[in-house]
Amino acid sequence: MRQVMEGSHAVSEAVRLARVQVVSAYPITPQTHIVEALSEFCAEGAMNARFICVESEHSAMAAVIGACTAGVRAFTATSSHGLALMHELLHWASAARLPIVMAEVNRALGPGWNIWMDQTDSLAQRDTGWIQLYCEDGQEVLDTTLQAFRLAENVHLPVMVVLDAFFLSHTHEPVNLPSQDEVDRFLPPFLPRITLDVENPYALNQMSPPNVYMEMRHNIQAAMEQVPGRFDLVDKEFSSIFGRSYGSVETVCCDDANTVLVVSGTAAGTCRHVISQLRLRGEKVGMLKIKMFRPFPADRVRSVLGNVEKVAVVDRNFSFGASGIFAQELRAALCALDQRPQIFGYIAGLGGRDVTTETFEEIYLRTRQSDRPESESIWVGLSSKEREP
Amino acid sequence: MNAEPVKAYQIPEGDSIYPGHLGCPGCGAAIAMKFALKALGTKCVLIIPASCWGIIAGAYPQTSLKVPVLHAAFATSGATASGVRAALDMKGDTETLVVAWAGDGGTFDIGFQALSGAVERNEDILYVCYDNEAYMNTGVQRSSSTPFGTRTTTTPGMGWKRTRKKNIIEVLAAHRIPYAATASIAFPEDMFRKFQKAGNRKGGSRFIHVFSPCPTGWRIPSELSVKVARLAVQTNVFPLYEVEGGIRYTLNTEGHRPVQDYLTIQGRFRHLTGDDMKHIQEMVDEDRDLLAQKTKAETRRP
Repeated sequence: MRQVMEGSHAVSEAVRLARVQVVSAYPITPQTHIVEALSEFCAEGAMNARFICVESEHSAMAAVIGACTAGVRAFTATSSHGLALMHELLHWASAARLPIVMAEVNRALGPGWNIWMDQTDSLAQRDTGWIQLYCEDGQEVLDTTLQAFRLAENVHLPVMVVLDAFFLSHTHEPVNLPSQDEVDRFLPPFLPRITLDVENPYALNQMSPPNVYMEMRHNIQAAMEQVPGRFDLVDKEFSSIFGRSYGSVETVCCDDANTVLVVSGTAAGTCRHVISQLRLRGEKVGMLKIKMFRPFPADRVRSVLGNVEKVAVVDRNFSFGASGIFAQELRAALCALDQRPQIFGYIAGLGGRDVTTETFEEIYLRTRQSDRPESESIWVGLSSKEREP
Repeated sequence: MNAEPVKAYQIPEGDSIYPGHLGCPGCGAAIAMKFALKALGTKCVLIIPASCWGIIAGAYPQTSLKVPVLHAAFATSGATASGVRAALDMKGDTETLVVAWAGDGGTFDIGFQALSGAVERNEDILYVCYDNEAYMNTGVQRSSSTPFGTRTTTTPGMGWKRTRKKNIIEVLAAHRIPYAATASIAFPEDMFRKFQKAGNRKGGSRFIHVFSPCPTGWRIPSELSVKVARLAVQTNVFPLYEVEGGIRYTLNTEGHRPVQDYLTIQGRFRHLTGDDMKHIQEMVDEDRDLLAQKTKAETRRP
């Protein structure tokens, strides 16, 4: 059934359809619409689930860790400062190998207070052992949330479904809403590997000395290495039921491109339009959309960008003292190649600033007109007014 | 109100704690767990945050307990227990008791917010704080449970702690939870009765505060931990009482000994002068009078 819905509600609908049994959350703008809808589903009986209204995001993640350990499908959602507060428990969830799914609405961190789009919150959690999947539109949000449960339960790792603040969370779009029967065919009931059982008592997450800890960490990486392949299978099966698929990366006009723009999130939608316009003008330009950030699909990225002359990465985030975070990952992925493209790292759209068609055109032209990047990070559209001398 | 008649409780022989656990000799927290599980039975799951008990319960791949244990992050006992409860309920298991088992640091300090959240929601859980009055597992640093006058490794020398111990039971009572009680390892029958009562009172939050001396941190010989716990009750330093619904108080004991008897046998108080002990006696008397007002005539002995 096709209906107009907000990006936030695309998450909520997917969580309902996934038959999640425990939701725990703490409110933070712009995540609130997701959890408000879920509260309503629980209250009205549209979902057979318990909603635990906790007193912080730290407790929200702790509660879903408890619930998932006790053997049910569990979900939470957060954003920005809430995600930062959860940091300790993000490590906990992945190391406990719990298939928790969380929606994370990309929002800037303060100070100064800023509720708008920025990817630094989720990217700062890249080393926590969570799979991260970035979404472009409402349909992708709904579909990715469903895929996330399937993937998480397959590799026993938690998944973060990431969507842009407001540009996606608060934007209404037509979305195909699958039926419960279809979703049930795609997503079987959750079967935990091990759980809290008084008949079969185990101690879980206990003290682990040096003689075992390192192997436990290696096991997490071994599971991570499985993820791109497993995601392809999940994506393929999803496609066979719903007729839509995404891939860990998506390429647009990359085959003959001499320049490729690398994007993620809603900026990909704007970039698609710019690519089609530039192609009409005869420019050999393509787009690489990175959906899966963790694990980083380095092989796919290498195969797409290996023979390209120039790559322009657009980062709506920044790692202070280094560079844009997607650019870092890309440089690391491509450095092993004998012949590699020039990588231009652009910083744009922090704290909710618009990334428009003009932004992409400027980035493309600057890349074409330069033999090499003028600096490791090129900040686009900075005003001189607010800058320190 | 009539006082409950004094009964002798049959404490079962069997243990759900294996010999060979990792507690220090004389560990009050290990004694507390032994009696708690005797009363609660084996149809319970334990949530244990970072604490001495995180160690006593054993390192991978061993466990010292016969019930399932979920080790949890330090600040999360209340929230983790809430999630486990919700999941068990959703699976149709309302019988299994969910027990959070935390130290004073994990209860009075870092876990305080999650505990307050859980009991405000009146989660159907039993939260137990075994209180050894400092961060013992990390080497005796002060917590907000450390009493006035104590030397710890972060209140050393003449910098001994000059603020009161937080009154956690009154904080819990203020949440108007169905049942909150203090218990002591020196009064096993009273402790056993309270754990049974709390275990059986399903449907809401229950809290038991167990006084659990730490010979290492309190600088006492290991064979004195039960004696010190008894003196704490006999001097009114740690009165045994119950609060139902946050307002109905029952005092289980009356102490008549001077607080000096309790203080002078512990190395952690050795530096205190006669004036300091007099001041502590005044504080204890003040607390006793306040509690007496709340309990009115509802006094009985264990």
